[in-house]
Amino acid sequence: MALFFAVPLAIVCAYSFLTRGDYGGVEQPWTVENFSRLADPLYLAILWRSLWIAALSTAFCALLGFPLALFISRAGRRKNLYLQLVLLPFWTSFLVRTYAWLFILRDTGFVNTVLIRLHFIAAPLQLLYNDGAVLLGLVYNFLPFFVLPMYATLERLDPALLEAAADLGARPFAILRRVILPVSAPGFVAGAVLVFIPCLGAYLTPDLLGGGKSVMLGNLVQNQFTTARDWPFGSAASLVLMLASALLLAALMRSRIARELM
Amino acid sequence: MPPVLELRRIIKDFPGHRAVDDVSLSFDAGGFYSLLGPSGCGKTTTLRMIGGFEQPSHGEVLLNGAVVTEQKPWQRDVSTVFQSYALFPHLTALRNVEFGLRERGISDRQSRALRALELVQLSEKRDRTPAQLSGGEKQRVALARSLVLEPKLLLLDEPLAALDPSLRKQMRAELKAMQRKTGITFLFVTHDQEEALSMSDKVAVMNHGRIEQFGTPEEVYLKPATRFVAGFLGAINWFGRAGVRPESTRLAREKPEGLPCHRAAVESSLFLGNCIHVNAALEDGARVIAEIPRQENHFREGETVWIHWDPANELRFE
Repeated sequence: MALFFAVPLAIVCAYSFLTRGDYGGVEQPWTVENFSRLADPLYLAILWRSLWIAALSTAFCALLGFPLALFISRAGRRKNLYLQLVLLPFWTSFLVRTYAWLFILRDTGFVNTVLIRLHFIAAPLQLLYNDGAVLLGLVYNFLPFFVLPMYATLERLDPALLEAAADLGARPFAILRRVILPVSAPGFVAGAVLVFIPCLGAYLTPDLLGGGKSVMLGNLVQNQFTTARDWPFGSAASLVLMLASALLLAALMRSRIARELM
Repeated sequence: MPPVLELRRIIKDFPGHRAVDDVSLSFDAGGFYSLLGPSGCGKTTTLRMIGGFEQPSHGEVLLNGAVVTEQKPWQRDVSTVFQSYALFPHLTALRNVEFGLRERGISDRQSRALRALELVQLSEKRDRTPAQLSGGEKQRVALARSLVLEPKLLLLDEPLAALDPSLRKQMRAELKAMQRKTGITFLFVTHDQEEALSMSDKVAVMNHGRIEQFGTPEEVYLKPATRFVAGFLGAINWFGRAGVRPESTRLAREKPEGLPCHRAAVESSLFLGNCIHVNAALEDGARVIAEIPRQENHFREGETVWIHWDPANELRFE
């Protein structure tokens, strides 16, 4: 465990303070230049976009995932069926699922073809190669990561609480707002963490659906280790990514613990 | 004055069985009533239909003369204290009590809630969350939460079941006092006949979804309408069609003249502190219990005795 985690981490750390070799690889001298380069507006924009897209993805997953989880938790005998349906996409590979969106969204793809045939538009819409397409791909892929912990939390909700609320005069919407949402807050936190962190480091989705236009931190790291052959810079970028994730996780863990202790 | 609660020919069917079978009851305002019966007799289902959490398959529920059968729980002037208390875990005791008042938009809700907490003697625990309260305290918060809304009718679903015996006795007295003080009609569901008898103005005894008898504690104990009621309300010795309570059952060494009696062999004699319970077996193997005063503690195991009783104390059923 320690071996598989600590050693690569140590290597990445070390690389981030070295200089790139002429043909890739790393060499002396030791430097902090890689980190100072990250402060360049170009790279800060990438960091900002990553945070923003990950946050939006999480928000949409919550917006879509909560009603879905609520619906499934109330479904009685069909619960397992619905859960299987939510997990069904996982039977295909991540790459294939993301590629499928290419076929749906591209100029000659499903959406554009239907809209043109129905005469709603004359020329194809630019649905791909932008932040929106990346968002769509991320939400699609990570929705189950929100639904499942949310469902688990809602399952444990005591139905008597809902009856008590109704008994005390609350109508269904008030019950949702004043009882279900607050009591299922841990589910929101768990789901949000499970979506935000992978989204932050996403590179396949922005690569395929964003083209070169929607560069996120993951793409930056990948790029530096392949095309640009600047391993130290890539290492520095990936350390920043790891740090951002770790800080977020720590903050969320502390707030949850704090809430549970209160 | 219409009765505060009336049930008219209520039937509740679930797939496979009829939980409540043609129940009709009428309760006057201001009383303390119980629905008493064994597990599965339909008492909780009946309570839920009064509260609005279930709909009857047939029949009507009337509150203060108005038909409310179709109304949702939030529309009814009835409040329920749940068996599990159902306190909102994310709210303090005070906020739990305020919940219904907040929903109604009442502005002085905090002072009302504080008064309700005082009524149940939990003022100093008002900022605790349910996780920080004991079972008895949770129950009192649940009670305050319902009482603060001043409903016409308060429903309690086996509220004392989860408490330990000493606390239970104390809570019985407190609940009774609370009912008298607030004047709100209480309807209590329990399987404990002692609870029902000691607290109620009237008891409705249920079995298999039907009401077997609805009367005062004296009536259901001393003049049970059916064998079931006789047997459920207290221990009873059966001699064919006649039942005799242990406290009316006497033991004698010689065959008594002119009284119905049976020969029996003493099996054991239990000293219960305030009285003796003598277990004996009749000739046909049936067991009887005689409750005799402490002073008569001289029957030994294996002895032959004569069981007898005053015919006036017999309970006869067809």
